[in-house]
Amino acid sequence: MVYTQSPLAIALFLSFVVGVLALSFYLARRTTSSEGYYAAGGNIHWFVNGIAFAGDYLSAASFLGICGMIATAGYDGFLYSIGYLAGWMVALFLVAEPMKRLGKFTFTDALDSKFNSKGIQLSAAISTLVVSVFYLIPQMVGAGVLVQPLLGMPHYVGVMIVGVVVTLIVATAGMASTTYVQFFKGGMLLVMSTVLVIGVFGRGLSDNPGQGGRHEYHDFKTIEATSAPDGSLLLSDSTYQVPADWKNTVYGQQGFVKLTTTDGIPTVWKVEEAPTGYSLKETLYTQVLADGTKLYNGAAKEENRFFAVGSIKELRVNGEEVAESGAIGPFAYLKAMKDSTIMLWGKAYVKDEGALTEIYYQKPTAGSRILRPGLKFKVDNATGTEKFNFISLMLALFCGTAALPHILIRYYTVPSQAAARKSTIVAIASIGFFYILTLFMGLGAMTNGVINLTDNNMSAPLLALSFGVVLFAIISSLAFATVLGTVSGLIVASSGAVAHDLMDNFLGIKMTDKGKVMAGKLSAVVVGCIAIYLGIVFEGMNVSFLVGWAFAVAASANLPAILMLLFWKKTTAQGITASVLVGLISALGLILLSPDMWVRYGLLPANAPVAFNSPALVSIPLSFIALVVVSLMTQKSAIIDAEAIEA
Amino acid sequence: MAHGPAVKLGKDNASGYKTTLGIWMFSLYTLIYAIFVGINSVNPSLLEITIMGQTLAVIYGFGLIIVAFLMAIVYNFFCNSAEARLNK
Repeated sequence: MVYTQSPLAIALFLSFVVGVLALSFYLARRTTSSEGYYAAGGNIHWFVNGIAFAGDYLSAASFLGICGMIATAGYDGFLYSIGYLAGWMVALFLVAEPMKRLGKFTFTDALDSKFNSKGIQLSAAISTLVVSVFYLIPQMVGAGVLVQPLLGMPHYVGVMIVGVVVTLIVATAGMASTTYVQFFKGGMLLVMSTVLVIGVFGRGLSDNPGQGGRHEYHDFKTIEATSAPDGSLLLSDSTYQVPADWKNTVYGQQGFVKLTTTDGIPTVWKVEEAPTGYSLKETLYTQVLADGTKLYNGAAKEENRFFAVGSIKELRVNGEEVAESGAIGPFAYLKAMKDSTIMLWGKAYVKDEGALTEIYYQKPTAGSRILRPGLKFKVDNATGTEKFNFISLMLALFCGTAALPHILIRYYTVPSQAAARKSTIVAIASIGFFYILTLFMGLGAMTNGVINLTDNNMSAPLLALSFGVVLFAIISSLAFATVLGTVSGLIVASSGAVAHDLMDNFLGIKMTDKGKVMAGKLSAVVVGCIAIYLGIVFEGMNVSFLVGWAFAVAASANLPAILMLLFWKKTTAQGITASVLVGLISALGLILLSPDMWVRYGLLPANAPVAFNSPALVSIPLSFIALVVVSLMTQKSAIIDAEAIEA
Repeated sequence: MAHGPAVKLGKDNASGYKTTLGIWMFSLYTLIYAIFVGINSVNPSLLEITIMGQTLAVIYGFGLIIVAFLMAIVYNFFCNSAEARLNK
């Protein structure tokens, strides 16, 4: 898809960025101590902190990734919403108050509160850095995705803008500015998403995704064909030419046929059997040629031949087939979706003389099938590995939230344990409400002809565009601010790991309070540069999917150590160190050997040494086992260490 | 050692009560979540059945979000009461 830039959108975006930077520079004058830099002085109000939690948490993954996944795969995207929200119950019931009680600036402080162990300081700091970097990747990818329609700039420019702005925010005022940016952004995101969803209900459902006359939806053609005695195809439309031996081509073998228009543009069609012969359905396809050139429906991207999709094939309201529903309430909306048939899009790959063709073909799907799991995650008649993958992902989402360093450090910004608890409840209320909205935003994109199949991350902003450029400008700027805010939090967490955990505690480098703040700021700049690089490398992956990996790593490396420290008295420093390292290495190792990474390496996923993509179901138990075994083996040294600390 | 809270915290006599309550409520929510994941894995077509015009998947999914909020309110109520009672 080629996007047209709006001056209003650009102006709003620039206002957001300037506003955020101005706030940071203003707060920087009040940030002179390390308490101020890493923990905002510990005096943020619980309500502000709760909304800031939502701002931190509702990252690019939630707003862009989940909506995009719901738009293309229905309920399976909503499973991420459910899992992410459920993870907050672990945070509220088990982690919130103890984290506030035990820690000072970083997650490592809490783990090390009883031990003063170099092993914990090193392993937990490494874990914080790795998890933060994993979480940073999807945020940066999301930034790159946003600037294309917003500013008309390529992906890497978006990544670099975010990297530079965020590094400036963090390097100026640390946690104080990050908190207020998050509060502002979190609140605005909730309000504007609600406005968008109300717009979706007001427009209702229609079997013509013309967005109330604003947009001309591409009419995907069907050509009838019969088979000649020699096996060749006879088409009902003479403007297309078909190869005589179409069945023996690489396309024919996969149920497609390549037709050429009279002006020489190749098109790909899905071949379906029909009573009179065949029915050819128009597809969309991208093709990467051997020289690296990418074509969209056989032409350069600028020719705009790769159309937006998302439509209802047959709309049924209250048991009757209708053309449109008119304004509709949330439950009636879901019921009408369930009873209707929606045009989803399947994906197939064809390798043709060195060119890789990715074909998107029409797949009419019952709404009841869309509003239950199974379109992305294979749960029906699933193999053991597929079931394992699914359960493992849901476990990672559940356990990951309470183990994310940039979430945990927010507990240090409030004045008391009760404030930590109350801010978590505000977070649950606001995040839960937002996640309910994601379902309607995703379904709205699915039926309003706004999905770019090559990058579904843009579904929510493009849905906003279907209501006019003002809403699009606000939503896109907010989405960009979402990325800014989350990346700020991650960089604060990372800089704390480097400057406070590694330099100050582990290496014992003597620094003045000002020196500690300076070390944090320098660390923020370095982590920012790494994030920019990774954001460019991982272009094109679904951001929510990438966050799933970050959750798996966090849940494996951090959560077992936190829980056992709080609830098992025999836990030793060595046990915690072993747990963090085993969880981290096993989760990372399994991800790097997974089928999805094999694709990133340019290899066939079937040849990957590990059959599953989500490692949590293996790495979390391994981390627990390592902690228990090593703690039991080191009970004697723990007693000696305790006596030494008391002495 | 540079650990310990960034701000000075008072003694909290209710922390034991809150920990026990937290564990129980966590276990209850985990059970509800685990049943959801279990149905998805073992019998996903069950989630397609219609109840009050919606699929069971939609009802259970919304339910998990709403129950989370309600349990958080209940937890906070009992924690506040315990703090008022034990930290006089």
